[in-house]
Amino acid sequence: MSTTISIDGFTAWLDAFRTRVTENKAYLTELDSAIGDADHGSNMARGMAAVMDKVGAAAPSTADELFKTVGMTLVTSVGGASGPLYGTFFLRFGMTAGSVSECDGPALAAALRAGLEGVVARGKAEANDKTMFDAMAPAIDALDSALASGASLADAVAAARDAAAAGRDATEPLVARKGRASYLGDRSAGHLDPGATSTAMLFDALAEVIAA
Amino acid sequence: MKKLINSPESVLADALRGIEAAHPDQRVDHENRVIYRATPKEHGTVALVSGGGSGHEPLHGGFVGFGMLDAACAGEVFTSPTPDQMQAATKEVDRGAGVLHIVKNYTGDVMNFEMAAELAAMEASVDVKTVVVNDDVAVQDSLYTAGRRGVGLTVLLEKIVGAAAEQGRSLDEVVALAEKVNGDGRSMGMALTSCTVPAAGKPTFDLPDDQMEIGIGIHGEPGRQRVPLADASHVAEQLVEPILADLDFGGAPTIVMLNGMGGTPLIELYLMYGEVARILEKHGITIARNLVGNYITSLDMAGCSVTVLRADDEIVSLWDAPVETPGLRWGR
Repeated sequence: MSTTISIDGFTAWLDAFRTRVTENKAYLTELDSAIGDADHGSNMARGMAAVMDKVGAAAPSTADELFKTVGMTLVTSVGGASGPLYGTFFLRFGMTAGSVSECDGPALAAALRAGLEGVVARGKAEANDKTMFDAMAPAIDALDSALASGASLADAVAAARDAAAAGRDATEPLVARKGRASYLGDRSAGHLDPGATSTAMLFDALAEVIAA
Repeated sequence: MKKLINSPESVLADALRGIEAAHPDQRVDHENRVIYRATPKEHGTVALVSGGGSGHEPLHGGFVGFGMLDAACAGEVFTSPTPDQMQAATKEVDRGAGVLHIVKNYTGDVMNFEMAAELAAMEASVDVKTVVVNDDVAVQDSLYTAGRRGVGLTVLLEKIVGAAAEQGRSLDEVVALAEKVNGDGRSMGMALTSCTVPAAGKPTFDLPDDQMEIGIGIHGEPGRQRVPLADASHVAEQLVEPILADLDFGGAPTIVMLNGMGGTPLIELYLMYGEVARILEKHGITIARNLVGNYITSLDMAGCSVTVLRADDEIVSLWDAPVETPGLRWGR
């Protein structure tokens, strides 16, 4: 079990995320057709496939290069709202991680926090708006507090994964206040948010890679 | 699904080739999916860039030309274009006087244009300003939603603001005018049928024969409420009354657009315009200018929308100014 995550680890994380959104393409799109415009699964699968192509071709050696490529590829290939949101997340993540070849727990947490702040700046979402924020914010809070209490990186990331999943599940009864789902008003309640669902997959992928 | 397409995946690329073949006054950048004027405007004048998901034709590409837009970025059907497209368009059309982005208020469009403006300012030091159009009175609770959607008023705004830019007004003046138009216009739409996105292959929602959806957007999303189908005079009331309840038009003259959603014949649109004009007259509102036809559509959706814009002498004169685009053409 590692105390750091390397460029290879980051690449494995992205690949594990790609696997998840690809395998769950139909599921994510189904969630999105209930309260959105029925394209989240296909957009994320297309975007992450493009990311892995670009990353494979460029073979970046530092975190900032890697995540700049990831962010720009998502921004230019996904469209809709998910492209700018996930794109901004990874761009800010990379800028904070910096020109390094590996991150320890606190560095990873700081990069994730910066990514979250980017998502908030872009989407103006707050807690309980029924967005990806509702999975991402609790996950990063859980990571921070686990690291502060001396947990191993693997345990801290596992705690983040569990918090993201709980945050995702908690979006079900919420009435959406951001994005296209918000126009449905009360009709948006009773459905999981597709963005929170894909974000939970992002943390699930991270936990799998760190535990490996 | 019965559609005149080669494949769902190639609809946009194939349509852009057709646009290029049909309109020698336009130039198409197929890689970036941007429609430009074939002849750029003069140096020192403000340029206008708009764009959005496809499926709303003639919006926006059909409004690229003299007196309106300088470039339109085309996204996939009902999906926002991406910042790289917008950035390419912004750099290409800048004539040193700045660029106005005209954005319909949808979360994806707003975010992508925001990123494009940041990128363009960073890389090419183009002065970019943005107006977000949000004229849809169907969205009532704008505090707890992503806000009112940008619909029919976008057409009138692109015409009026385009005329002002053509006259050589500064970017700040153009922005102020765009904000004024956005503040002074309201729209409301309705659907008789859903629409079929090519990639989805089936209608976005089911609408029984005896029902209509009031307060729709332009993406086949559900509206404010589903109600029994009524005759045209009552449908017109259900569209006009919320507009008049939302904005006091006083005694000001107006520009009125009766817009088809794509699947409604012109005879019904004229019929509806007659009903709308009658209701406005009853409220003492004069119509200075009008537009009847399919200008901002939702693929094959049957239905219509009404847009009413308060129009002083300046707005009317900008409306009357020469325009030469595939979608609107007069005075030149």
